Amino acid sequence: MTNSTMRDRKRLSPTARVLVSVLSVAAWLGIWHYFSAKVGQELLLPSPRAVFERFFELCGQKEFWLQTFGSLERILTGFALAFLVGCVLSVLMHLSEFVKEFMRPFLTVVKATPVPSFIILALVWMKSDKMPVFIAFLMVLPAVCANLSEGLANVDSRLVEMAKVYRVRGAKLVGAVYIPSVMPYMLAAARTGLGLAWKAGVAAEVIGRTRDSIGLMLYESKLYLETVDLFAYTVTVVLLSCAIELVLAGAAKLAARMEVTSGGN
Amino acid sequence: MAIELKNISKAFDGRNVLDGFSLSIGESGIICIGGSSGRGKTTLLNIIAGILLPDSGEVIAPEGLRTGFAFQDDRLLPWRTALGNAAIASDREKAAFWLERFGLGDSMKKYPAQLSGGMAKRVNLARAFASNPQILLLDEPFNGLDEQLKCNKIVPAVKEISEKIPVIIVTHEESDKKSLGEYTEITL
Repeated sequence: MTNSTMRDRKRLSPTARVLVSVLSVAAWLGIWHYFSAKVGQELLLPSPRAVFERFFELCGQKEFWLQTFGSLERILTGFALAFLVGCVLSVLMHLSEFVKEFMRPFLTVVKATPVPSFIILALVWMKSDKMPVFIAFLMVLPAVCANLSEGLANVDSRLVEMAKVYRVRGAKLVGAVYIPSVMPYMLAAARTGLGLAWKAGVAAEVIGRTRDSIGLMLYESKLYLETVDLFAYTVTVVLLSCAIELVLAGAAKLAARMEVTSGGN
Repeated sequence: MAIELKNISKAFDGRNVLDGFSLSIGESGIICIGGSSGRGKTTLLNIIAGILLPDSGEVIAPEGLRTGFAFQDDRLLPWRTALGNAAIASDREKAAFWLERFGLGDSMKKYPAQLSGGMAKRVNLARAFASNPQILLLDEPFNGLDEQLKCNKIVPAVKEISEKIPVIIVTHEESDKKSLGEYTEITL
């Protein structure tokens, strides 16, 4: 009998995973610090210390929170609208081949069109404070449709048959089989969509110079060559994005537990 | 309550799986369906359960017939525990009763991924029994079960329920059929 030469990949414990993440962030901050010291010019590459000092300084300012919540509200609105419309559209596309083929060119064009093209067109059509909502919506919609359509196509038809034999129909069938089946795809759509919404939404705010927005602050940082501020606002966007992803992951776990404890188990 | 299958035919990819098959199912008793692989045994159960429509012929059955179906491939919901799966068409008490009866009292909170093949088969069976069926369809119900489990837990339950409702069993094994006592044999 020969022994297997394949080794199981060692899995990290949750604590170990957190430690590795912290180590990774520390390593990248170290690399950043090294290069900022090498360059020696704050205008070109400020140090991590300067950026975080400025970030905490901004956190103490009322205007900073106005700008942050302004961007958050606009981008999350666009994201939420896209998610809702995307869910409805995906279900319709799953149920009707006609709807699926009818929507395909539109979704393909939206995916392929450069974001700045949409932003500049949207500036002509609408007010600058509504434009980031629209852009976030446009960017997230195809991602939601793609992920959710795949999820619906991959629902195990044998489980649906089993449920129908046991007279589980309508809303109960959706809750017992369809939603748990597509949940991983919805989470993937939310994660992808959130990243796209932030990138595109903030870009829209920069180009459109939306009032009370992070994008406007990024624009002014560039205008007045305040590179430290530019980095500090970028850190803000990254931290917000991470926080929302954590909330989404928590909501997904809660939803899974609710299916587990309500009629489920 | 009687169920009639009249001249049922079903083909897949041009190949006749069932051809003019007829059967009268009484109000109780065990019917064993045998035959080599690909002869239409599972297809027949799927037609009785309403999962498949025959290409021709008719199935005459009471409106709203409650069917308990223990599938050959178990078909457990991965996100529900054994108890949650068994309770899909009944209440938790009934589901717990049948899981206990089939020797899964300690495994009710386990998920399908944590169950062995034999345990998953028993959850599949418990779900069918717990659903208060008016007809019970069992597709290879003894696969993956050891002789002791089969004889001490499953077969007595099948015999007991067959006194009240019709039970249709697909099985290859002669020893399985013998353990059931009295039954009607049909070979496809």
